[in-house]
Amino acid sequence: MSNYRIEGATGTWEVVIGLEVHAQVTSNAKLFSGASTQFGAEPNSQVSLVDAAMPGMLPVPNRECIRQAVRTGMAIEAQINAWSRFDRKNYFYADLPQGYQISQLYHPLVGEGQLTIEADEKAGIPEDKVIRIERIHVEQDAGKLMHDQHPTMSYVDLNRTGVALMEIVSRPDMTSPAEAGAYIRKLRAILRYVGSCDGNMEEGSMRADVNVSVRKVGDTELGTRTETKNVNSVRFVMQAIEHEVRRQIDVLEDGGQIVQETRLFDPNTGTTRSMRSKEDAHDYRYFPDPDLLPLELDQDFLDECRASLPELPDAKRARYTGELGLTDYNARELTAEVETFARFETLLAETAKALGKPEAKVATPVANWSLSVAPGVIKALGDEGDMANATPARQAAILKMQDAGEISGGQAKEIFEIVLKTGREPDEIAETDGLKQVSDTGAIEEAIAAIMAANEDKVADYRGGKDKLFGFFVGQTMKAMQGKANPAVVNQLLKDKLG
Amino acid sequence: MSVTREQVAKIASLARIKVDEGDLDHFVPEFNAILGFVEQLSEVDTSSVEPMTAVIEQKLRLRDDVIDADPLTGGGKQAEVLANAPVAEHGFFGVPKVIE
Repeated sequence: MSNYRIEGATGTWEVVIGLEVHAQVTSNAKLFSGASTQFGAEPNSQVSLVDAAMPGMLPVPNRECIRQAVRTGMAIEAQINAWSRFDRKNYFYADLPQGYQISQLYHPLVGEGQLTIEADEKAGIPEDKVIRIERIHVEQDAGKLMHDQHPTMSYVDLNRTGVALMEIVSRPDMTSPAEAGAYIRKLRAILRYVGSCDGNMEEGSMRADVNVSVRKVGDTELGTRTETKNVNSVRFVMQAIEHEVRRQIDVLEDGGQIVQETRLFDPNTGTTRSMRSKEDAHDYRYFPDPDLLPLELDQDFLDECRASLPELPDAKRARYTGELGLTDYNARELTAEVETFARFETLLAETAKALGKPEAKVATPVANWSLSVAPGVIKALGDEGDMANATPARQAAILKMQDAGEISGGQAKEIFEIVLKTGREPDEIAETDGLKQVSDTGAIEEAIAAIMAANEDKVADYRGGKDKLFGFFVGQTMKAMQGKANPAVVNQLLKDKLG
Repeated sequence: MSVTREQVAKIASLARIKVDEGDLDHFVPEFNAILGFVEQLSEVDTSSVEPMTAVIEQKLRLRDDVIDADPLTGGGKQAEVLANAPVAEHGFFGVPKVIE
């Protein structure tokens, strides 16, 4: 259980949160027409006569949109309904030319599912928690209104009209802003792994309606909830919840009552306000869309959906810590984003090949390289580096030299820096620029002999039991070798010589 | 089941259909006659009958995910789409300001 509690004037309160996430389905064409879904086009240039609701036009569902919603459902271990149906949700608004949205109320495509948010002590999530998902249905997006382009008119762009959305409805299982944030991040990761939504919250590809209510700790009845619409970032969702919780507690403690209503979030102030919609705005008069037959999916279609699912975040993380032996932290960082694990897995394969070792043997150095060493160098270089130069093959070559003890960690960084700047090959850089460790025992032995001769007293002390002096000899040797000696070789030789 | 005058007026308003006060008087009995007919139909036991979704046996067809595959149902029709708009400016529809 989350330990998120709010102390009010009259006692301690807890919070109940449910989220409805609208995720734009990744597809070329719209849900019911052939118009493009590309973001940022000329206004109304991607509107077909179907989307504009011209009389006589009939909707025909896009197979890919259905497929992506089914795959998403499978990824959250949900019931897939091979028989589902589209309904009309009726309302009038300038961004909805049909006068109704084609949605699925009574028979959604995807039924009960779930996902797990990971424990995060710092965020107040003491252990992994399962969040149940009630359903996913497929529906049309509406158009876009612009209010600031003309003094007396709003402008309407219908390019987004009819683009496919998945509405993913959670159960009210979250009890803190942190859990809600973790839920959205996990859902976004799953959608991006599956490839059913690009998860780009800035462009509105994912937006959440946030349902919040509060109750006294120990109460079993749910309080009256409010719904804050269209919140478009994880941070804003958390802010909206925090504000709404505070507001509801204040109202209740002042003896007032919460009105079940729709609210808007203002990102500039971090507050919510009532939309004051007309009272009949929610009378949607749903009924089955007579233009569309029931959607029936055959076993071949469902089998293909399942077969095409990639390794999902939880499984990948388990494999990283299990098979690859990575730390929890590394596994979590590497699996958080699709781009991160893709880069890691490419480099891992390349490095394993270069070294002729199994992936599990090289996973930890590759993980450290990918998460900390390489990003550090890239960040420090800034505009001077060209990422195109950082091919997996070149990075693997650096890791190979390091694995063989030919270069030190510091030299690996220096070489990578030169690679980024120039695109030269790591082996050649190490050779030409003298960035190699000396493993030649002859040279090191010579240096050690000189140091021992110059510090006879310390040699005697060491042999007399002052073990700490070992560090002194290592330091002196490295200095004499100008930092290029292989530390492992230095250590071994010193132990032999000092006895 | 029957409807009141107020309910008929509300249904008309939700559908954005203007109905004069005088017309409500004959809509109420008309609505009630329809509802009565449906109620009569509900008396038949259909619990073992699948709902009929189409008069002829057919399945919902799906389209391929291809942009503008059929020019009749594709985009790139800004001029045609805006042709009937009372106001069209800079490629947008212009409507009376709606702000919530």
